[in-house]
Amino acid sequence: MAVAQLDEFVQPHHRRAEGTRLSGSHIICETLLREGVDLVFGLPGGAILPLYHVLPEYPQLRHVLVRHEQGAAHAADGYARATGRPGVCIATSGPGATNLVTGIATAMLDSVPLVAITGNVATHMIGKDAFQETDITGVTLPITKHNWLVMRPEDIAPTIKEAFHLATTGRPGPVLIDFPKDVQQQLAVFEYPKVLHMRGYKPTLFGNIRQIRQAVKAIQEAKNPVILAGHGISISDAYDELQELAETGDIPVVQTLLGLSTLPVSHPLCFGFFGMHGSVYANRAVHQADLVIGIGMRFDDRACGKFSAFAPKAKMIHIDIDPAEIGKNVRCDIPVVGDAKNVLMVLNKELKAQGGARHTEWVDSIHLWKRERPGIKVRHSEKLLPQFVLNKLSEVTKGEAIIVCDVGQHQMWAAQHIAYHNRNTHISSGGLGTMGFGFPAAIGAKMGRPDETVWAVVGDGGFQMTLQELATAVQENIDVKVAIINNGYLGMVRQWQELFHDNRYSSVAMSNPDFAKLAEAYGAKGMRCVHKADVEKTIREAMAHNGPVVVDFVVEAEENVYPIIPAGTTAADLIEEPDLLEQVEETHINLLEGESPALATGSRSNGSKQGKRGR
Amino acid sequence: MAVSANGLERHTIVALLEDEPGALNRVVSLFRARGFNIASMTVGPTETANLSRLTLVVDADESVLEQITKQLYKVIEVLKVTDLSEDKVVARELALIKVSCNSQTRAEVMQMADIYRARIVDVAIDSVIVECTGEEDKIDSLISLLRRFGIKEISRTGRVAMLRGASGATRVLDDE
Ligand SMILES: Cc1ncc(C[n+]2csc(CCOP(=O)(O)OP(=O)(O)O)c2C)c(N)n1
Ligand SMILES: [Mg+2]
Repeated sequence: MAVAQLDEFVQPHHRRAEGTRLSGSHIICETLLREGVDLVFGLPGGAILPLYHVLPEYPQLRHVLVRHEQGAAHAADGYARATGRPGVCIATSGPGATNLVTGIATAMLDSVPLVAITGNVATHMIGKDAFQETDITGVTLPITKHNWLVMRPEDIAPTIKEAFHLATTGRPGPVLIDFPKDVQQQLAVFEYPKVLHMRGYKPTLFGNIRQIRQAVKAIQEAKNPVILAGHGISISDAYDELQELAETGDIPVVQTLLGLSTLPVSHPLCFGFFGMHGSVYANRAVHQADLVIGIGMRFDDRACGKFSAFAPKAKMIHIDIDPAEIGKNVRCDIPVVGDAKNVLMVLNKELKAQGGARHTEWVDSIHLWKRERPGIKVRHSEKLLPQFVLNKLSEVTKGEAIIVCDVGQHQMWAAQHIAYHNRNTHISSGGLGTMGFGFPAAIGAKMGRPDETVWAVVGDGGFQMTLQELATAVQENIDVKVAIINNGYLGMVRQWQELFHDNRYSSVAMSNPDFAKLAEAYGAKGMRCVHKADVEKTIREAMAHNGPVVVDFVVEAEENVYPIIPAGTTAADLIEEPDLLEQVEETHINLLEGESPALATGSRSNGSKQGKRGR
Repeated sequence: MAVSANGLERHTIVALLEDEPGALNRVVSLFRARGFNIASMTVGPTETANLSRLTLVVDADESVLEQITKQLYKVIEVLKVTDLSEDKVVARELALIKVSCNSQTRAEVMQMADIYRARIVDVAIDSVIVECTGEEDKIDSLISLLRRFGIKEISRTGRVAMLRGASGATRVLDDE
C-alpha cells in the first residue's frame, strides 16, 4: 500500500527545535502539534502538495483521507462537537477549498471550533485567475469567525496560534487559513509565539453581578419559570451548573435541538425538546411561563416560531457569551453576557445564598400535562414505522450511544424518540440544517470518542450526499454504525408539501440504490431490515460487528413528524398527531398507562391536513 | 437627531479598525449580509499608525443600531465603535461640483459659491469646479441652487465626524 511505502522511506520526526529554519510546511505541522492537534481530515491537490509532502514526517498528526472535502469539514466538525477540541480539515485551492464551504457554514451557525487549512496558488500568481485559484478568504468571509491569507512564512506560526485561539474561545466558530504554495515552501525561522496580540478580541467571560442578582430576584419572584437549555451548555461544559440551577431554583428545563443531552431525560426537571417539533407539554410550559431563562441559545426561529408572540407572558433572562445575540430575535429584560459555566456558577451561588426557590405546583402541572398528553409516541401499527426504529435504537443502546443525525424527518424523530442519558451524546446540524452532515460527522465523533458507540441516523436522501465517506470509514476501520431511515422520499420536504402545499408532491420521491449492497461494495457490512419484528435483532447484530455497518431500515413512506408548530406561528398553533387520542403503543417516557388525554391545550389536531396516508 | 427619508433616525457611527487586509471588506460584507442600510461611508488613516477610522452614516431604529454596534464589535479588527449621533459633534462633508457656465453665468455661479464659503478650484471655458465643505444640508442646498446652471458631475465624500471637546472616539485605546 502506498501509505506503507511512504512510512518506509520517510524518517519520522520528533518535534523540531524552535529557532531553526524550517519550511513553511514544517512550520504548519510543528505549530499544529503545539496546538495539541493529533488528527486532521483532508484531501490533497496541487496547491497544498508541499504540506502533504512533509505530513508523513509527522505520524503524530494522523491524517484521514476523505473522499470529498465536504466530508473532511463535517468529520472535523463532528470530532469537535464530540470532544470540545478544535477539528482540523485540509484542502487544496480552488475546488478543494470551495468543497469545504458547506462544512464551514455548518460549523459557523452551530458555533463549532473548526480550523480549515487550504492551499492557494503561489503569491505571485494571486489575482491572475491562475489554475485552481479561488479567493477562498473572500468566499468564506461571512461564514468564518475570522480568516487569513498568509503571505510570508514567518507569519505562519502566529497566524495558526491566533486561529486556534479564535476558534476555541469566546463564542467558538470556524476559521480558515489560506497558505499560498510558495509560502509553504519558503524557509523561515520557526518561533512558536508565547503571547497573542489581538487588541480587537476580548470576549466577555464573566457575567455582570448586578444583572445576575436581578436574575436571582426574578427567579424567586416567578411562579412559572422555565429554562431553555441550548448548545452553549455543552460548549462551556456547564452540565453540572445547569442541573444545579434547575434543582436550586426548582425550574423545569426544556431543550433546543442542540441542547438535547445537556440534562439526562430521566431527571425529574428535564422536559426535553421544545420548538417546532417539540412535545406539547414542553411547548406549553414555554408558552405559559412567566419567566424564561435562555442559556447558551439564540432564540432561533425553529425553536421560537413567531418572535413577537414567543412566550407571551414571560419576563426574559438571556445568558449568552455573544452580546449580539441579546435582543436580536426576541425581547430581553435581563441580559447576562458571559460564559454559561461562569455565569451559572455565580448565579447558583447567589440563588443558594438567597435560599433558592420552589415552584412545586408549576413543576407538578407540567408533569401532569406530560402524563395526559405525551404527544410524542409511536402509533400502533403492524408496519415498520420510523419512530419505532428510533425508539428501539434508544432502547438497545440504553440511550447511551452518541447519536449523530443528518437532516430531515429522521433527525426530528431522533430528537423526539431517543432518551439521551449521557452528556453530549446528540450531534446534529441545527442552524444550517445540512443534509450530508450526519455520516461524516459520525466518523469524526467516533474518532474523537473511540470508546463509545456511535450511530449515524440518516435519511435515504441525505446519506446519498456524503456516502462516499464509506470508503474512508472502511480504509481507516472506523467503527461507526449507520441507520438509514429509508422512506423513499425527501421526507421532510414531502411532509411540508403534504401539509402546507396542497398535498402536491413535487420532486420528492426517490428511487434508491440497494444500500446494503452498496455498503458491501465499499467493504462495509450492509444490512437491510423491513419487518418490525427484526429491528431489535438487526440493531444488536450491527453493534456486535466490529467495523462500519450500514443498516437500511425500510420504513413506512409517508409518516409525518408530529407535533409540528408551522413556521412563523406560535405554540397555540401546534398540530398534533391526528390520531394521538386513539392509540398509544410505546414511548420512552412510558407514562401513559390508561390515562385519557385531556384536551385543555390551545392546540388543534388538524384532521383536514392529514394527507394521503392510508391507515 | 436627523430623520432620514425612510422615517428612520440617521446615526453617525465611528469605528476604529486595524489596518489589516480585508478589514474594510469584512465591515461592508457585514452590512450587506445583515441588511443594514449604509447612507455613506468614509475611511482614512488616524493619528495612530496602522489604525483606520471609518465613519458610517446609517438609517436605523434603536434595535438595529444596537445590532450594528454589536455586530461591528464581532469583527476582529474593529477596536472601538462610537455612536456620534449626539449634538456635540462636528460633522463635515466635502463635495466637488462641476457646474456648466458661460461668460454670462460664471459670475453668478461664483457669487453663489461665495455665499456658501465654497471655492472655485478649476475654471474651464464652459464649466467650473466648486469645492464645498460643510454639513450635508448645506451641500444639498448649494447643489440645488446650482442645478439650474446645469450640473455635470458631483463627487461627495460622505460624512466625517468628531466629538467636540477633549473626549474622543479613539480614547479607549489610551487605556491599554
Ligand atoms: C443540502 C441540503 N439540501 C436541501 C435541504 C432541504 N431539505 C431539508 S430536509 C430534506 C429531506 C431530507 O430527506 P431524507 O434525507 O431522505 O430524510 P427524511 O426527511 O426523509 O427523513 C431536504 C431536501 C437541506 N436541508 N440540505
Ligand atoms: Mg427520506
